[in-house]
Amino acid sequence: MKFDLKINKKNYSVDVEDGTPLLWVLRDELELVGTKFGCGIGECGACTVHIDGKAERSCQQMVELVEGKEITTIEGLSENGDHPIQEAWETIDVPQCGYCQSGQMMTASALLMKNPSPSNQEIRMAMNGNICRCASYNRIEKAVALAAEKIK
Amino acid sequence: MSNTFNRRNFLKLSLLAGGGMLIGIGCNESNEQAAKMPVSIEDLDFTSFNAYIEMATNGMVKIYSPNPEIGQGVKTAMPMIVAEELDIPWEKVHVAQAPLSNDFNRQVAGGSQSIRQSFPGLRNAGAAVKLMFLTAAAKKWGVEVESLKASQGVISSNDGKKINYEEVITEAAKLPIPENAPLKKVEDFTLIGKAINNVDIKPIITGKPLYGVDYKEKGMKYAAVARPPFGASLKSVDDTEAKAVKGVEQVIQFKNKVAVIANSTWAAFKGKSKLNIEWGNLQDDENTDVFDQQMNQLLRKNKLEEKVKSGDVAKARNEADQIIEKTYEAPFLPHSTMEPMNFFADVTDQKIRLVGPTQVPRSSANVVAKLLDRNVEDVTVEMTRMGGGFGRRLSTDFVEDAAMVSHLAKAPIKLMYTREDDMAIGQYRPKVKYKITASIKNGQLTSYELKEAIVNNRGMNKGIARFFPFGAVDHYSATSANVPSDVTTLWWRAPITNFLGFATESFMDELAITLQKDPIDLRLELLEKAKGKKTPYNAERMQKTIQLVKEKSNWGKAEKGIYQGFSCYYSHNSYVAEVCDMEIIDGKPVAKRFYASVDCGIVINTSGAKNQIEGAILDGIGHAMYGNMELKDGIAQSQNYDKYKLIRMMDTPVIETYFVDSNEAPTGLGEPGMPPSGAAYANAYMKATGKRMLKQPFFG
Ligand code: FES
Ligand code: FES
Repeated sequence: MKFDLKINKKNYSVDVEDGTPLLWVLRDELELVGTKFGCGIGECGACTVHIDGKAERSCQQMVELVEGKEITTIEGLSENGDHPIQEAWETIDVPQCGYCQSGQMMTASALLMKNPSPSNQEIRMAMNGNICRCASYNRIEKAVALAAEKIK
Repeated sequence: MSNTFNRRNFLKLSLLAGGGMLIGIGCNESNEQAAKMPVSIEDLDFTSFNAYIEMATNGMVKIYSPNPEIGQGVKTAMPMIVAEELDIPWEKVHVAQAPLSNDFNRQVAGGSQSIRQSFPGLRNAGAAVKLMFLTAAAKKWGVEVESLKASQGVISSNDGKKINYEEVITEAAKLPIPENAPLKKVEDFTLIGKAINNVDIKPIITGKPLYGVDYKEKGMKYAAVARPPFGASLKSVDDTEAKAVKGVEQVIQFKNKVAVIANSTWAAFKGKSKLNIEWGNLQDDENTDVFDQQMNQLLRKNKLEEKVKSGDVAKARNEADQIIEKTYEAPFLPHSTMEPMNFFADVTDQKIRLVGPTQVPRSSANVVAKLLDRNVEDVTVEMTRMGGGFGRRLSTDFVEDAAMVSHLAKAPIKLMYTREDDMAIGQYRPKVKYKITASIKNGQLTSYELKEAIVNNRGMNKGIARFFPFGAVDHYSATSANVPSDVTTLWWRAPITNFLGFATESFMDELAITLQKDPIDLRLELLEKAKGKKTPYNAERMQKTIQLVKEKSNWGKAEKGIYQGFSCYYSHNSYVAEVCDMEIIDGKPVAKRFYASVDCGIVINTSGAKNQIEGAILDGIGHAMYGNMELKDGIAQSQNYDKYKLIRMMDTPVIETYFVDSNEAPTGLGEPGMPPSGAAYANAYMKATGKRMLKQPFFG
């Protein structure tokens, strides 16, 4: 079946089965592989993207339900890799293996859209859905705070 | 619609990185460094000097990082060492991941040994090429090479002449590679010891393809493989429904496994889930409870396999004023790498190409050659950046499956695990128990007996059996008992010590309480006794490490309401001491802060090094708090993160890391932060609540 998707401000038309999770449409059909597969059940956050400005798990979003919605992936977070969140990630040198980080950044950037000056506790609560197996949590926390500081 | 991105592009993207940036994708680099970059690295003509170093005429240097990158930071740290001795500015360095090659020794990510074992070789590689430039310049100017100096890519003579490396590139490249080149003095290091960003930071934060799961080639198929529970075998399979899934192309049985080959990952996963499989031979003794009973029985026995013995433990026991005995228990653990197992294989009559995440490219090539009865020379292996390793990718099981499926399907395939595949049939940290018995006489520790019961003989070797407090107590013994099992077990970050460290350091805390001594003083005292004894660890280095954390943590002088727990451990040739600050918040003990001091010799990259310690501590306490894999009839009872809890941000203390100033050769760092962490937590917990943690996970 054909579906029309709007991703990173571009229009795409894909031919996949209905019920296919957006995650696999992005990764296998559109080669937007920055969005990662971690669990497939909505528990880890590695697949986080923005749908109409909100952080959502792309492994839990069936393609037919996101037609017509504004989808943003890590590749579209900024044009030049200079979103305040990306810059903060670079300044703090956050990643260890790096695999979870695009999901972390998508959750963090959605948080800052909603709440530009989150408290430490609010950062922790918002980021709690994203697992980092390497446990780079201290740096993620610092980077979110730094990005919030910068956009002030 | 973009076409399949080609292989060359992927490798360009995934294997190349720069001093903090990605070069040559020719699109959206607009940061400061890229602006300075005159041309794309792909357009440069590089001259090769040795296996590590290539230079372009504009002075750009490509350094190949030989070892697999699993998040431990070697892809940044190893090239830093080369660049230090080559003596060039880091901004001019592009790092590339080397494929498997006979040019390198030990291309392994394991045992925290990459830096330690390769340090001399990496230094030599840089120094040799520096000498080649110097020699070329000396010839050009007609002076003695000894009269010249080089620094940051510029050669200078006594009389003030200067020339850049790249200006003598042609002449230098023609020279023989010197076997012995002078190395820098440690005091003269300018790059080593700095905080350098992860070389892959740009592609990571912009979501570029880097990992095995991202790998794709034209014509490639996707494979998902159903594998039997531990000890079971394939009885029957009905693949009618699987084959009806759109996109599924083939279903292939091999050994006890069933592979579904499809045109997308999702179709392969869906197809696999529609297989109607009956497993036979389910093992009713592959049960967590059964293992528990077996282990308890073994620990009650007197005669276990001897690992180390000194003095006469039985005699000391008989003469003791007091005996303390405690048993510590740990479950099986899956590795849970964030990137599930996957591998690309293209098996043709001519050659075998393997691309993906492996900690052991050399053995991957060997086992695949053997499996398919081919010459190992026909096998090439390229390593992608890995979404975690933790020991899981030291096994080649999934590489073999990928190669076998490609061979049988006669197509290039990428094998993909679901999280359930990854967690349910993994290579677990073996379940283990330690029973420790100590004798006390006249307020002194007189004997120490360590008994181990562990699955699949994966326990202490004679070296680890000689860790502290061996050497500090006159009568000492370490023995081990094996519990055979069909569960596949493997090294898991800080093998053995990840739990042995918890057991011995928790027990040390008990001893301090019993002897009414400060836990740090007791260790310092015992270490004093170990001086001059033949031990794997250096007692003095451990004492220094302890002193550093004592000072930084305000030990013994913490504010009211802060409960401190201490622990220290030597492993992978490094020394780590940790203090955990715990507070009671809303009636619950909460770890708020960890102080860590580390002696790992010379620190190569302080940013990467601290990242490892932060990660190891949080990983250590996370698994101690929550990690648990139960089995029933060989079937994993937790198969995904809904039933298997990993630490999340809400539970994380803030880590402060301090390094002992050292000119000693660098030692391991990916693992040593982990073994002491659980005990520091548990010892603080004891202070805060009076409750002793003996069993992991602490919170089931
Ligand atoms: S992959 Fe979607 S939440 Fe884990
Ligand atoms: S950096 Fe490895 S999982 Fe987060």
